[in-house]
Amino acid sequence: MIAPAPKTQTFLVRLKRQDGRDQAPYWQEFEVPKLDSQNIISVLQYIAANPITTDGETVEPPVWDSGCLEEVCGSCTMVINGQVRQSCSALVKDLLEDNDEALIVIEPMTKFPVIRDLFVDRQRMFDNLIKVKAWVPIDGTHDLGPGPTESPDKQQERYALSRCMTCGCCLEACPQFTKENDFVGAQAIGQALYFNEHETGKKLKGDRLDVLMGADGINSCGNAQNCAKVCPKEIPLTEAIAKIGRQVTLHSIKKFFMGK
Amino acid sequence: MPTETPSSDSRVIVVGGGLAGLAASVRAAEAGVPVDLFSLVPVKRSHSVCAQGGINACNTVARQQGYSEWQHMDETLYGGDFLNHQPPVYEMAHWAPKIINLLDRMGVPFNRTNEGQRDLRLFGGSLFKRTHFAGASTGQQLLYGLDEQTRRFEAEGKIRKFEFWEFLRPILNSHGVCKGIVAQDMRTMEVRPFLGDAVVLATGGNGLVYGKSTMSVICTGAAAARAYRFGAALGNPEMIQVHPTAIPGEDKCRLMSESARGEGGRVWVPREKGDTRHPTEIPEAERLYFLEEKYPDYGNLVPRDIATREIFWVCEKGMGINGGNMVYLDITHLPQATKDKLAAILEIYEKFTGDDPREVPMKIFPAVHYTMGGLYTQYTAETRHVPEEDPYEWEYTDNNGEKETRKLETVTGMKHGDPMNMMTTIPGLYAFGEANYAYHGATRLGANALLSCIFDGLFCGYGVANFAKQQAGERAKDAKGEVSDESAVMVTQQEIDSAVAAENELLEKLKACEGDENPYEIHRELGEEMTLAATVVKTEERLLKARKKLAELKDRYSRVRVSDTGHYTNQNLAFTRALGDMLLYADAIIESSIARKESRGSHYRDDYPTRIDDPFHATSKCWFDADTNSARIEWEPIPLPLVPLRPRTYGAAAPVKKKPAPEATPAEPAVETAAPKREFATSPAEQPSA
Repeated sequence: MIAPAPKTQTFLVRLKRQDGRDQAPYWQEFEVPKLDSQNIISVLQYIAANPITTDGETVEPPVWDSGCLEEVCGSCTMVINGQVRQSCSALVKDLLEDNDEALIVIEPMTKFPVIRDLFVDRQRMFDNLIKVKAWVPIDGTHDLGPGPTESPDKQQERYALSRCMTCGCCLEACPQFTKENDFVGAQAIGQALYFNEHETGKKLKGDRLDVLMGADGINSCGNAQNCAKVCPKEIPLTEAIAKIGRQVTLHSIKKFFMGK
Repeated sequence: MPTETPSSDSRVIVVGGGLAGLAASVRAAEAGVPVDLFSLVPVKRSHSVCAQGGINACNTVARQQGYSEWQHMDETLYGGDFLNHQPPVYEMAHWAPKIINLLDRMGVPFNRTNEGQRDLRLFGGSLFKRTHFAGASTGQQLLYGLDEQTRRFEAEGKIRKFEFWEFLRPILNSHGVCKGIVAQDMRTMEVRPFLGDAVVLATGGNGLVYGKSTMSVICTGAAAARAYRFGAALGNPEMIQVHPTAIPGEDKCRLMSESARGEGGRVWVPREKGDTRHPTEIPEAERLYFLEEKYPDYGNLVPRDIATREIFWVCEKGMGINGGNMVYLDITHLPQATKDKLAAILEIYEKFTGDDPREVPMKIFPAVHYTMGGLYTQYTAETRHVPEEDPYEWEYTDNNGEKETRKLETVTGMKHGDPMNMMTTIPGLYAFGEANYAYHGATRLGANALLSCIFDGLFCGYGVANFAKQQAGERAKDAKGEVSDESAVMVTQQEIDSAVAAENELLEKLKACEGDENPYEIHRELGEEMTLAATVVKTEERLLKARKKLAELKDRYSRVRVSDTGHYTNQNLAFTRALGDMLLYADAIIESSIARKESRGSHYRDDYPTRIDDPFHATSKCWFDADTNSARIEWEPIPLPLVPLRPRTYGAAAPVKKKPAPEATPAEPAVETAAPKREFATSPAEQPSA
């Protein structure tokens, strides 16, 4: 519901495209009119409705993943001007500031298989949540009274972790997490801590730590700390990794002396 | 002879992975029925994540202050202007405390008091603190809680997820019973059938029919429209909730909390039409504070529905910013301490607009927020003894303002585990959550949406499991003996194949169309027309115009051209297909808006500005008529087993100056001749959960 603004100014968008899984990527360039309060999603919407490159060629509209557009669903992660972030909260006017070329480069994440164009397959992140048993093992959905009480401090600590929207920014920025290995990465480690800190959730703490002790667990972390820097929800991921590291150490000592 | 039957074990299909769909999946899986769960997106990314405010339930503290489940029910009915059926609302309010307990046990990080109890906040439509919350993202936290339990069942093999799959149509047998769905993988574009003994549609609202709304990009209403196309009735599609202050964006509208006005924010437009100066360059005297001028007593804090209408009217006159649909919400004059208090919401504005609202007035406009109407559903009522927590005697004020004491002999709720609960008019097909019309009547109260979604899943999900088991049992019997083509529990291979073939045909037709119409342009025009004709203020004249416009858009849609010819992850094709369904849903909204010649809750007819209970205290039940390609409306009266009708005034203060009568004479005179007196709602009834 915005009044049409005079289309005096435009900027260039360079888009990395890929027609399908395992196909070769290629680049296309589009000229897009500048509008007020424009984010990367609305830029992509414009290109999809007017898919004509700067060479004057009409091409197929680009494909991307998006959902809430309020930076809470985690769908629209992309690499924008070299930075992994949510495209809904990436504003054109910020991206063009101090940008002499008036150019925005949009690429898919590199740590996940591309499905098409900017749309990637992040199933690995959800599978990792199963690996670390990221749930509270309740007795069932029947009426069994309230859950355990919790101090406000504890709630604040858990709330910070529970805001993880599985967007994958932390993994994209992580030097250790690659397409080739099975490292679970900061996201799953943060979630393991979230459930280990819950009164009922900690019943599965041993199972979680068993997984995180393994080759794809905490030992693969190289302590680059990129994860916390790029997290759009400012989740204290490096602290979470440190805490899980301590829990893993205690757990392995305990296992050693118990002879398991 | 039936050639294809699902395995002798029962199976439930759930479409939609928001709160309602996940709760239903968990409940059915727990009841021993395996679930196939379909979702357009990974379920953890469903639109439920967007809810901020909280979830209502009576609680220990409120109870000691005199609050009760009964009162929660009454508030919900009163807020909904009595268009909601009472037994389901009764049941929901009484289950609410149990639902909170369950979510608490699942580990949802509810805010806590010093003693470690769940904290509560005050929300609209109530004088008691009855809203539980988890930071500023309650919906996200509740969704995650259910997502985690779903994953647990997934790990055990009891729930199979089909994410990035789109529901295309129900598969019906010769008896019209739903026996499965046709769905499409949005990545590979594979179309295939899935069989089940019951199908739950938990597919959310229809905000995209209005172009830009506060909803997620997936909330097209297409799934509900597809069920409607194949015989499921819609209920009250004209009931759409509009939030007065949203941040219009190029891509969507985001909510701006009412607290900005509560703390002294002022709403204005340039006094001079066509004044394009920067807002900070417009001197005080040249600003039109239209709410303050028209309502000197209440100013910017008029109730939401009134604020919404006034903003709408100002923009309709071309007085909006740059002649467009926006007005200023100004907090720049407020002291620093107040600005600090508003920090959380001001940061949202800054993040998505790039402007600092502390320095520059915010630009806002009302936006479509929630779909109260939806698929029409049924239930089995159950009359019981009055439970301890309900009043035996209570005083009410009737429609004539007379006070009367009513003595309860019994109460009427919904029968737990009954397979009829929230079944659509297609046997075996259910509607849960926002896709279901049942709970909110003509307006939804804040923090009731999350509750209704989870309640549907948990309470009615049990009935779905029972239905599925029943069907499987009969199927096993039929498979043994005298099975005929007439079996109501079987589906033939031919019925399945023809449903799949029809969907493939539709896709081929869309791909082959050599027309010149752009689907995005049709969608833009649809959204604009629907927003102007069928949101805040409706009139017969404007709605009739919209009817014509819809006919034009439907015609142009037949010449739509899909620009993506790819055979893989073709979002353009999927959008174009959904656009056809949005046009269908829009038609039902327009037709029921025309037919409801009264004002009730969120449905405000400028030509019929009062509530007219006879004949409109009734559900507008819409059937799709293939011959006219439009809605056929039936009025179904609503029983009042628990609470009698009363005017929805919210304590009422000074009457509002009536807006000048519309120039056009309405096609039909109002049934009631009473003076169209609108009164202030002193309590914000039309509360979205933000």
